[in-house]
Amino acid sequence: MKRFADLFAQLDQTTRITPKVAALAAYFQDAPEDDRLWTIALLSGRRPKRTVTTTLLRTWAAERAGIPLWLFEESYPIVGDLAETIALVLPPATRGSDRSLTDWIGVIRGLSALDEDARKTAILSAWNSLGPLERFLFNKLITGGFRMGVSQKLMTRALSQATGIDEAELAHRLMGDWTPETTSFDALVLTHDPAADLSKPYPFYLAYQLDDPPEDHGSPGDWHAEWKWDGIRGQLVIRGGQHFVWSRGEELMTDRFPELAAARDFLPDGTVIDGEILAWGDGAPLPFNALQKRIGRKTVPKSLLRDAPVIVKAYDLLEWQGEDIRARPFADRRALLDRLVGALPPEAPVRLSPLIAFDCWDALAATRATSRDKGAEGVMLKHRASPYLSGRKKGDWWKWKVDPLTIDAVMIYAQQGHGRRANLFTDFTFAVHDGDALVPFTKAYSGLTDAEFRKITAWVKKNTLERYGPVRAVKPEHVFEIAFEGIQESPRHKSGVALRFPRMSRWRHDKPVEEANTLEDLRAMLAAYGQGGKVGVDAVTPQETD
Amino acid sequence: MARDPVLTFTDRGIYCPAGDFFVDPWRPVDRALITHGHADHARPDHRRYMATPAAAPVMRFRLGDIAIDTLPYGETRRIGGADVSFHPAGHVPGSAQIRIEVAGEVWVVSGDYKIEPDGLCEPFEPVRCHAFITECTFGLPVFSWAPQAQVMAEIDGWWRACAAEGNTAVIGAYALGKAQRILANVDTSIGPILTHGAIENTNEVLRAQGIALPDTIRVTPEMDPKDHPGALVIATPSALGTPWMRRFGPVSTGFASGWMRLRGVRRRRAADRGFVLSDHVDWDGVNSAIAETGAERVFVTHGYTSIFRRWLEDQGYDARIVETEFTGESLDDPDPQQETAQ
Repeated sequence: MKRFADLFAQLDQTTRITPKVAALAAYFQDAPEDDRLWTIALLSGRRPKRTVTTTLLRTWAAERAGIPLWLFEESYPIVGDLAETIALVLPPATRGSDRSLTDWIGVIRGLSALDEDARKTAILSAWNSLGPLERFLFNKLITGGFRMGVSQKLMTRALSQATGIDEAELAHRLMGDWTPETTSFDALVLTHDPAADLSKPYPFYLAYQLDDPPEDHGSPGDWHAEWKWDGIRGQLVIRGGQHFVWSRGEELMTDRFPELAAARDFLPDGTVIDGEILAWGDGAPLPFNALQKRIGRKTVPKSLLRDAPVIVKAYDLLEWQGEDIRARPFADRRALLDRLVGALPPEAPVRLSPLIAFDCWDALAATRATSRDKGAEGVMLKHRASPYLSGRKKGDWWKWKVDPLTIDAVMIYAQQGHGRRANLFTDFTFAVHDGDALVPFTKAYSGLTDAEFRKITAWVKKNTLERYGPVRAVKPEHVFEIAFEGIQESPRHKSGVALRFPRMSRWRHDKPVEEANTLEDLRAMLAAYGQGGKVGVDAVTPQETD
Repeated sequence: MARDPVLTFTDRGIYCPAGDFFVDPWRPVDRALITHGHADHARPDHRRYMATPAAAPVMRFRLGDIAIDTLPYGETRRIGGADVSFHPAGHVPGSAQIRIEVAGEVWVVSGDYKIEPDGLCEPFEPVRCHAFITECTFGLPVFSWAPQAQVMAEIDGWWRACAAEGNTAVIGAYALGKAQRILANVDTSIGPILTHGAIENTNEVLRAQGIALPDTIRVTPEMDPKDHPGALVIATPSALGTPWMRRFGPVSTGFASGWMRLRGVRRRRAADRGFVLSDHVDWDGVNSAIAETGAERVFVTHGYTSIFRRWLEDQGYDARIVETEFTGESLDDPDPQQETAQ
């Protein structure tokens, strides 16, 4: 664990990329092979199964530290990280340990076979034999959510430096349904056999937001445009008589969308399609809430399959007749996609996402303005000659979203953030006027600058009316402009509406509370922009889309 | 018969009715006893000040031409019906706890304090009292400080590595106290030490009163940092990441504060290295300090007051929160007086 802790410290002690990549590359050359594999796994979001509840960990930590549990619980939101809070309150270790990262993960995995007393003994013994940083990492391995300030992209770059294997090739090798138990460093990274994993998707190509006018990017004739649908970006992989559905967060979602199995009846083996998974009905996307409900279910009841059926809107063809065609120009890939998908009967769960014809940028801008009516977030621009790259890259692809909707709302509750935002109030609830009352209608966490978060934190501390656990009711004194991408009816919310991607776009210092918007205004927006169907889902949380 | 309290808590500050004076008041008053020179404790516009001889020069430097009476540590002065004395608080040079005795009842206002001797200021001395008024800036069990020697070795190691790699090590530290504590304890054989103007101004004041500090070089627009390779630059926290830093070429940044104990805060601060170094007591420190006073009543002034009060009540103290305008070791909103850059 010491070598891993050293690596973590090196990564944590700099904000610059070059030394981070160098530290990681060195680790990939000299750490034990099993540890390298686990490090790749951890940095790509794979972690050991949780074998102890956090409730038990908190209780044992408070007991070991000789403090009451309430004091531990009060300290946690201030630290903003459970694993760290535990590491900080514990007395110093009295022993040391030379066990490796993989050994300790073995200890954690072994806990599931033990009864509670034995688990406690094992955990206390681990805490007593690890240094401060190792102890924090050990707790992180148990509680999950491992973030080391290194993206998967940087990890891949470091691995490329350490092995001499091309970065994009490595990104592809690291995709898919593997865990450190099912493979080895050698098999996964060094001696790659594509046939070994039929399910393996390709790294997704992600676009940046277009901030300058499209005219700056040349002639309309060089570009294709299509709708940017608001669903789950995914890949449909058909190989060896099987199909696999991947989200762009690299989650295997095949079983959640059983209706996509029918794709095998319409598409040949050796096909990989990049597209958007959408809940679809009557020729248009259903409200995102419908899809949200599907995401939450591992097994899908018949009623839901009927109410919120999903399809794949196909954007791109990555593999054709078993051949990786990502390097070919978009126009060629798209033509092949047309041939493959364009003529499918309506019962096929895969549909072509239509291209938008335009002869000048103004015409495209006008079409883009109708995105909301189409149930789209805007349009995508793809250069005709663009290869399908890996990761977020500038130049060939752009997302050109419509401007968000906005409403001015009053802050009424505040809560402290986690991690980097620990000890700062960053999570807020907003309300609109309804007669004399203020009706909460959304939460928002992002959009303010660090300086603004510091300012509002100082204000919240001085203007707390009441505390409900970690939540503080504050004086209704500040107005914020809330920007959001969509609005839907929601009987579960007091206000009757749910917003999509709400965030704080501006702190309206200029607006007195009386001039914030009303529930009536919100309902008018629902009438103008809301998408049909009522879906009883509790919260609309942002999903990764692209 | 219930006795009148030795101190009361007013909207102008902590007040002693028997002596008709305030301790560290935040609104202008006639007579102010000052624990130390930080801006949240020593404010302008009082008619008369009293502080230790070692605290007075910085106060004069910061507050201008003030009427200040000095009282050495351990000497008692009668003010009205109160006997007053100053005792080392170990926070910054000249910092004091103020002991106030009225008719046999003793209350102590600790100001800001730390227990561990730092090689710069007069070490903290526990003072027995009936009621203790304490800060609790770091009054949570997650805050515990490593011995100073260990933290200074970390800073030396970082500085040495920077010097070897051709980077300039720039460390953020408060202009009064922390900056000089680092100066007084780093290994000066590693290289030259450059200082931000606001820090060097304080250094000059402290040197003039006889406090020995290693040689430093003031950063000015005319100087060329390239003439001082392998330097450690001590900067005010607010100078980190500003155009002021550009003159140093490739840098590694460090920040010295008790808040660096928390990884989230350290990452938000976006310094390369965080050094856990505070001039305030940690959790064990504040608890042992309170125990050593023998006080039954404890007033907590700033920091995690509501949590710490509950903890003290659990321990059997009569504990109360006092609302003050002290800020303790602030991170996000630094002492504005310390930030008067050149």
